[in-house]
Amino acid sequence: MPQLPGSSLAVKRISASPDPAPSIRTAGPEFAKLIDISRCIGCKGCEVACKEWNELKIEPTRNFGSFQSHQDLSADTWLLMRFTEIEVDGDLQWLIKKDACMHCEEPGCLYACPAPGAIVQYENGIVDFNPDKCIGCQLCISGCPFDVPRFSAETHKVYKCNMCVDRVEVGLEPACVKTCPTNAITWGTKDDMVALAEQKVDRLKDRGFENATLYDPAGVGGTHMMYVVPHGDRLVDYDLPEDPTAAPGALAALAGLKQLGMGVMGLGLLGTALHYLKYGPEVADEEASDPASPEPGSGPDAENT
Amino acid sequence: MVDISRRDLFKITGLTGGGLLASSLGFDLKPVYAASRGLKISNAKEFKTVCPYCAVGCGTIAYVHGSGGLNTVNAVVHVEGDPDSPINGGTLCPKGASQMALAMNPRLEKGPKYRAANATEWQDVDWDFALDWLARKFKDARDETFVERDEQGRTVNRCEGIGWVGSATVNNEDAYFITKTMRSMGLMYIDHQARI
Repeated sequence: MPQLPGSSLAVKRISASPDPAPSIRTAGPEFAKLIDISRCIGCKGCEVACKEWNELKIEPTRNFGSFQSHQDLSADTWLLMRFTEIEVDGDLQWLIKKDACMHCEEPGCLYACPAPGAIVQYENGIVDFNPDKCIGCQLCISGCPFDVPRFSAETHKVYKCNMCVDRVEVGLEPACVKTCPTNAITWGTKDDMVALAEQKVDRLKDRGFENATLYDPAGVGGTHMMYVVPHGDRLVDYDLPEDPTAAPGALAALAGLKQLGMGVMGLGLLGTALHYLKYGPEVADEEASDPASPEPGSGPDAENT
Repeated sequence: MVDISRRDLFKITGLTGGGLLASSLGFDLKPVYAASRGLKISNAKEFKTVCPYCAVGCGTIAYVHGSGGLNTVNAVVHVEGDPDSPINGGTLCPKGASQMALAMNPRLEKGPKYRAANATEWQDVDWDFALDWLARKFKDARDETFVERDEQGRTVNRCEGIGWVGSATVNNEDAYFITKTMRSMGLMYIDHQARI
């Protein structure tokens, strides 16, 4: 495993801002989390470590006939191990998915977000929500191809996994990575993780999983949380979209409308400025605005209307 | 009511609109999130310890906030695996990852509880009561089941009515102390699950 320097958190993209905020700092490495599903034993240590580090509320769980703890992600549950049981050629297969933000290279949530600065993407690949700037419109939820962000009815803001950005910044791995007892989650630069994933896929193929594959969907420009999937032909059963895209669809028109409105407003301001330059400030007629003037109906109000 | 002239209103509207427009184009957003939220354990003291839950004995680090001053109380803010431990290399299972709740959980019982025979409810008792009760029961059981000589008349001096089960948090020194103490009482059934 190579040395991992701390990340400078240079900003790559900012929501609702066409300016990509170019950073003067040297771009650090791009990080990625690799989940080897074939090594996961489903202990859910990562879930607990996530809750503990991020100080998220404990939600009561109930048994609904699955090994899964919670039924769905929530504003207080940023990471959920999902378990699916299916039959393949008469054999039971226990499919596991570590459901959390995928940290897409082309983040649909960020593109859909209308609040400036509420979602930022760092050079290291982490997509982070900033609750201070969030306006609670939930457009990021519709923009996410993986259905990850969750709205909190309590604070009226949207929350999701931030890849422990506070840890990554100082050179630590995310909490879920550190705690994983079976080495199913590994952390490193994106290039190293892709190379490691290829080795893992080859090993799985040798063991008889012919359809083993790396899940790093190109439709969103690749992700910074990748899976090694043993049953690559059954992505749907894993609840992994086959071909996710960051295209915001109808939201693109919305973004266009915003630019149009801003354009019209800009033209209006420009017109005002030109008008001022050409005609100068309006000078009130001294005689008419004189309050001492005895003439009725010619006060300042009448003059200005 | 603030007295705003018509001209002032134009000025304010123009400036606000211009500001909105400028912000939508991305000015003044550069420092928007350059500073992150800070690492919560950066100023914490590290205490290396051992997970108390099972016999594996994973090394853990407890991160503690507080000066340790006379007028303050320290608090554990985070617990994670100890990378230096050859047992777990920094990893922790879900139970171990939640062990901060052992110190910080408001529902944690902090004293002994007593349920009298046939009672349905637990009651809070003080340590004096609990230790006296335990010592009395221990002495009674020992006296009742102490065997000085076996059937063939050999001196054995053993207590057959009490067993001692230790804990996963017991280290070598504790185990030595337990063994010596219990053997001196004549106990033969001594066990514990720790392999630390």
